[in-house]
Amino acid sequence: MHIEMNQPILAKNDGIAAANRALFAEKGVFVLNILASPGSGKTSTILAIIEALRDEFNIAVIEGDIASKVDSEKIKAQGIPAVQVNTGGACHLDSDMIRRAVEVLNVDTLDLILLENVGNLVCPTDFDLGENAKMVILSVPEGDDKPLKYPGVFQASQAVVLNKVDAMSVFNFDEQAFRTSVRNLNPAAPIFPVSATTGQGIEDLAEWIGQGIRSVQ
Amino acid sequence: MHELGIMTGVVETVEQAARDAGAEKVLKVNLAVGVMTEALEDALFFAFDVLKENTLLAQAQLEVDMVQPKSVCNDCGTEFDHDRFHVLCPLCEGANTTLIAGRELKIESIEVDLPD
Repeated sequence: MHIEMNQPILAKNDGIAAANRALFAEKGVFVLNILASPGSGKTSTILAIIEALRDEFNIAVIEGDIASKVDSEKIKAQGIPAVQVNTGGACHLDSDMIRRAVEVLNVDTLDLILLENVGNLVCPTDFDLGENAKMVILSVPEGDDKPLKYPGVFQASQAVVLNKVDAMSVFNFDEQAFRTSVRNLNPAAPIFPVSATTGQGIEDLAEWIGQGIRSVQ
Repeated sequence: MHELGIMTGVVETVEQAARDAGAEKVLKVNLAVGVMTEALEDALFFAFDVLKENTLLAQAQLEVDMVQPKSVCNDCGTEFDHDRFHVLCPLCEGANTTLIAGRELKIESIEVDLPD
């Protein structure tokens, strides 16, 4: 006997993600899922974004790591609420982890939630968390060919951040080649060259996020 | 990536559907997997073979339809097939496109054996 099913396989994660998304929309919170390799500067970029936007918006961060509280401690040291999720081996955050982390936050008071995903350019792409947008960070030392090698994450993101531009002269990074390979995969996503540690370029990135926040309120 | 996790979900869902239909045995599982999910066909088959043991799917055959990317241009209305590196509209070269196929990950149908 033939049974038609037409059923999505990741239904469980997607179902919870949809519920997360509905909650965020109801509360008028903009949620940004930040994806990148380990060491590319996710936490540093988050700290720079916080500094640029904290006077205007209430921000919280959900930190994803396999182990340790290193990142959430850095955020809390700035007086910003942070929840540390330890995945204990899972290489990506999933929507249920976000659902549980959000319960600890006072969502009614928030304008922006930054999700720092586990350092990984592959797996997080497939797991909807209920976010408004994905942002991928690629840092100069990683090399200009990464979009060619990891097309999925660049294709799925709504913004691309090129970090550590202050180190451009030390590495043979061809910015034009990088921009072309990103354009081929994702013509719509804006590219933000920044240095999270010096603050270069952060203003434009913060403005883009600010527009996102205003669009949901 | 995560083909094992994906196939665990498939086996559980299919077993439940088979039980609900009163079936004793699943004969075939038909999946649709979009090329842009980056799921590896070989890994899907391997995971299926490992996970189907001692379930209603123990003798089932897996068939995977790898779905090629297809988009529609929101500016000029053209529908076009493409690969992941060529996402612009071939007619007007616009970037305002929507993907209509190529990212699915679903169980399309199953074949089961009903007791007489």
